[in-house]
Amino acid sequence: MAVKSIYLDNNATTPCDPRVVEAMIPYFHNIPGNAASRNHPFGWAAEEAVDYSRDQIAKLLDVDAKEIIFTSGATESDNLALKGVFEMYARKGNHIITLETEHKAVLDSCKKIEKMGGEVTYLPVQRNGIVDLAALEAAITDKTILISIMWANNETGVIQPMKEIGAICEKHGVLFMSDATQAVGKIPTHPKEVGVHLMAFTGHKMYGPKGVGALFVNRKNPRVKVTSQMDGGGHERGMRSGTLNVPGIVGIGAAAEIGRLEMAEEAKRLSGLRDKLQAGLVSKLEECYINGSEEHRMPHVTNISFKHVEGEGLMMTFNQDIAVSSGSACTSASLEPSYVLMALGLGDDLAHSSLRLSLGRFTTEEEIDYAIDAIAKGVQHMRDLSPIWEMYKEGVDLDAVEWAAH
Amino acid sequence: MAYSEKLLEHFKHPKNVGTLDKSKKTVGTGLVGAPECGDVMRLQIEVDEETQMIKDAKFKTFGCGSAIASSSLATEWLKGKTIDDALKIDNMAIVEELALPPVKIHCSVLAEDAIKGAIKDYKEKNA
Repeated sequence: MAVKSIYLDNNATTPCDPRVVEAMIPYFHNIPGNAASRNHPFGWAAEEAVDYSRDQIAKLLDVDAKEIIFTSGATESDNLALKGVFEMYARKGNHIITLETEHKAVLDSCKKIEKMGGEVTYLPVQRNGIVDLAALEAAITDKTILISIMWANNETGVIQPMKEIGAICEKHGVLFMSDATQAVGKIPTHPKEVGVHLMAFTGHKMYGPKGVGALFVNRKNPRVKVTSQMDGGGHERGMRSGTLNVPGIVGIGAAAEIGRLEMAEEAKRLSGLRDKLQAGLVSKLEECYINGSEEHRMPHVTNISFKHVEGEGLMMTFNQDIAVSSGSACTSASLEPSYVLMALGLGDDLAHSSLRLSLGRFTTEEEIDYAIDAIAKGVQHMRDLSPIWEMYKEGVDLDAVEWAAH
Repeated sequence: MAYSEKLLEHFKHPKNVGTLDKSKKTVGTGLVGAPECGDVMRLQIEVDEETQMIKDAKFKTFGCGSAIASSSLATEWLKGKTIDDALKIDNMAIVEELALPPVKIHCSVLAEDAIKGAIKDYKEKNA
């Protein structure tokens, strides 16, 4: 079968939906205004488009349109939420709690906050990738101002118990922020329903464009404010200066609307294909391990370790046709495997042996059939070459071997 | 990152994959790297006792494409060399031949270490 260029890396970025592209096009040339130009029709048309997008997103999240702050993406939204809360609530406390498995945009913002005099607790997760609620509650001190926990993990797809975390935050009067980049537009993400006060997300993980994202900031009960991190014209209720990216904002709005209308059906279709992919590989190959909770997981993701096979080498067996990503970081200078998988308690060896397969709106069943075959063949090829697979098959206790680590 | 044709050929059709009988006196085995580092290379040579010529070489490698290609290439170069000449194989020669990018130079170092390890093992057996 000649299938070419199968994209199973939708957690890295999703292709822009053609309907989104179509909605955006007029705003590059025909409707060129600056949404902040209040005195002529060009500006009004741009402002109207921005307001429309804000409504589309508000509907998806079941929030008020005024609670949406447009940014350049989830990284900026995470930075704004964390640093903005840290500065705004400095009088109340300086302690933030987050997870070891958060995205770098959160972890590195927290590191910066520590340098600015903040205190941050990085909680470990359980073997299934889910936060230990008792440990979370126990970590709260009278200095705690914010708990930042992602809705769904980018590497494993594991979904955190948002409602339970929200209840803990409510009980202790702590703000709850969530990086919901991987969840928005794909599963229901209603911040008010679960007690989230700030929520970061981006266009390009929900079939919208890159370079545009948003931060939900709760306006009532409690009224949350963040200190702006960029100085300028005071756009976005003073929280985020900078001329609005009108075409991008139109795009993320269109993507949000499509997501709202099609999410249920799409999740059903993708979880069926994902399950087929996972079952296909597990049935063809021995010694496969699914990383993270299968029960509380995004519908389109699976993260699998193939024992005694190095992930990057494995990808090379099929990367002419199939794009995936690996928790092995042989390409990076650090050579450290995925910190997310390590936090789940996987050994270095299983972390090096992992693939993340993330399906998307444009994935077909034919592609999944092809991928099962190609990935299984790749694993076989790599195992035929692997001295540790041979040793394992001979019954050698690999933990007892004295490796010449380099 | 685009890999060279030579590297891809060694990766897709590796030469001399396999296992020699390590209990034989004429066989030397080098096992380097560690699973937690994402690289394990096992390189074996079989030496003609009279001529000190390497008459066979086999490898198995757990690792990325560059590690596999480096070890495949090493076995090709080893065959027909005396063990003294084999000791002269330098990792930079592997880097050049396969056009390894800078982040993959450690793969060639591993191959050189595996060659040295196999020869050391053979010499110790025959000391």
